[in-house]
Amino acid sequence: MSAIHAAFEDTDAALVPYITAGDPTPDATAAQVRALAAGGADVIELGLPFSEPIADGPTIQNAIQRALDAGMTPDRFLDLVSGLDVDVPLVCMTYFNLIYQYGDDRGIEPFVEAAADAGLAGLIVPDLPVEESDALKAACDAHGLDLVFIVAPTTRGERLERVLERVSGFVYVQARLGTTGARADVSDQTHDSLARLAEADVPRAVGFGVSKGEHAREIVAAGAEGVVAGSVFVDIIAEKGTDAADELETTARELKEGAVAGVAPRPERT
Amino acid sequence: MSDADASETSGKFGEYGGQYVPEALMPAISELDDAYRRYVLDNEDGFMDDFRARLRDFGGRPTPLQHAETLSSRYGFDVYLKREDLLHGGAHKLNNALGQVLLAKYMGKERIIAETGAGQHGTATAMAAAHLDMDCEVFMGERDINRQRPNVFRMRLNGAELNPVSTGSGTLKEATNEAMREWATTVEDTHYVIGSVVGPHPFPTMVRDFQSVIGTEAKRQAEEQIGGLPDSVVACAGGGSNTMGAFDAFVDDDTVSLVAVEAGGSGLKIDEEEGLAPNSASLSIGEEGVLHGARTKLLQNQDGQILESHSVSAGLDYAGVGPELADLVDDDRVQAVSVDDDAALEAFHRLSRTEGIIPALETSHALAYLEDAEDLGENVVVNVSGRGDKDLESVVEETEKRDIDGAPSMGVFE
Ligand SMILES: Cc1ncc(COP(=O)(O)O)c(C=O)c1O
Repeated sequence: MSAIHAAFEDTDAALVPYITAGDPTPDATAAQVRALAAGGADVIELGLPFSEPIADGPTIQNAIQRALDAGMTPDRFLDLVSGLDVDVPLVCMTYFNLIYQYGDDRGIEPFVEAAADAGLAGLIVPDLPVEESDALKAACDAHGLDLVFIVAPTTRGERLERVLERVSGFVYVQARLGTTGARADVSDQTHDSLARLAEADVPRAVGFGVSKGEHAREIVAAGAEGVVAGSVFVDIIAEKGTDAADELETTARELKEGAVAGVAPRPERT
Repeated sequence: MSDADASETSGKFGEYGGQYVPEALMPAISELDDAYRRYVLDNEDGFMDDFRARLRDFGGRPTPLQHAETLSSRYGFDVYLKREDLLHGGAHKLNNALGQVLLAKYMGKERIIAETGAGQHGTATAMAAAHLDMDCEVFMGERDINRQRPNVFRMRLNGAELNPVSTGSGTLKEATNEAMREWATTVEDTHYVIGSVVGPHPFPTMVRDFQSVIGTEAKRQAEEQIGGLPDSVVACAGGGSNTMGAFDAFVDDDTVSLVAVEAGGSGLKIDEEEGLAPNSASLSIGEEGVLHGARTKLLQNQDGQILESHSVSAGLDYAGVGPELADLVDDDRVQAVSVDDDAALEAFHRLSRTEGIIPALETSHALAYLEDAEDLGENVVVNVSGRGDKDLESVVEETEKRDIDGAPSMGVFE
């Protein structure tokens, strides 16, 4: 079992926060990661900023812009990850072109190798559907990285099976159509998506719109093994800048407590 | 079977193409691929007959292939203008927009979204949507809104809602990002009408097929007027839809040179420090990468971040290009050249003054290339992709900054 999968097994309900590395400065990220871990994060998603984030809503787009303006690059990102001393598995979320261009020769191998060396546990690539993922999957397998895929509300039938065959670490259940961003409520599509994924042999973490402890509770009570929350943390960083650590920790704790509170009513997994 | 034919099934053009999009869009793209095969390739329910009839009655096809007398004597070879500027809406864009909006209708979609740079594609989509009674929303960068204002009004008049995009440099790349995000949100009832031969499969192939009427007509007209094939076909290239539309019928005719003219902007270089390229010449100086759903040639830095492009012409101002065109350039079947802002403006004035046709600034790039082209042969077809009415404000402003031979005074009469 991979480190990411094991992190889900080690807890009743996992919290997977996302922040953009380098926001607002490259030096701020390490303290943010430590704060999230202290607040109860089980796996942390670190965004490697790409100039054209087509899967992200305005909150994360702005974070990406701040990080790029502050000088975040793939090399600095990997250096930063190497220097982090947290026990929580780290997943890099980025777009395909950055992976493809890394190193002297074009191709995915150099990035995956460097990512594994830096201590990353997995990758999420929101613009890489299973159809285009053969080479990246093979490289991730060779270097012991998980490749996490997103399952959308529109992913059904044979497509869903193909995604589930290939996913490892956890499956990222997209709670609603659209882009990333905090929302006021939990989407009704969540129950439906979790039901379709009942057979998955990896943990299911629901994201897109999760911003409150109450959301986390509802999602876990609906059967999920974890929740992913990004924009709520990114908003804190947007407001507090380099002083965000305390509030990140408090908010992580609130979400984690919410998730854990959802465990008792959670149906047994078939 | 040429690469082009193979692409109908695989969506790959050599190394290029593919489907690099968020998972939420994949089912819609498969559905579109299926509809494309049935309606466009197999003419199910008479779709293609319906499409051709509408292109004729609503669009005004066929457009003429006109011998340009003054240009021909200037250059010493015969110049034939394929007059897409006379298509309804004033550019080739309607060929694709009408095809896709009609397809969306056949697919049972209720709503249309589109991105636009110059506003020509947005205008064509708004017209087609009004014609076919569909709701339409267009995403357009703020900078482009300011430099292409007449088209903004035209879209509104046709009942489209316009969404200004202020991120980045406020041009076509950002408008495309935003349209893709909107599509990922509303994909169940909405079709995204991409405006060029870019994006994930099946768009590059499908848009080419809708635009290929340009070359098919030109070929027949050349046969009638010159008794055979032209020696070369010249077209400007932004995303490359007028380009592929003009070239497709000639790709297998080895004697015909195909020349794609890109925007050289103010210089054919890349400024890594500033994160910009003062041009839009992705075929000429771009590197392979992935943007907006396809692997293609891109203006990007060493890390793979996409650069801000530049051109005096909003419709060419884009960091990517269609994957099929990238492949045809690698295969040496298409020659990629570039023309800078100054030369394009000169060509704009030249055609206006000497032929009585005010071309789009995009098209002006193709026309400018004739000035220093060698080896184009005796008979040269230039695709006049659009008319320049939309560009008048920009042209006034840009002409005042320069000393252009023979340009009229652009001052207002006192
Ligand atoms: C008149 C005209 N020509 C050319 C273009 C460039 O697009 P493409 O390269 O797809 O033909 C545009 C785009 O807006 C246009 O309006």
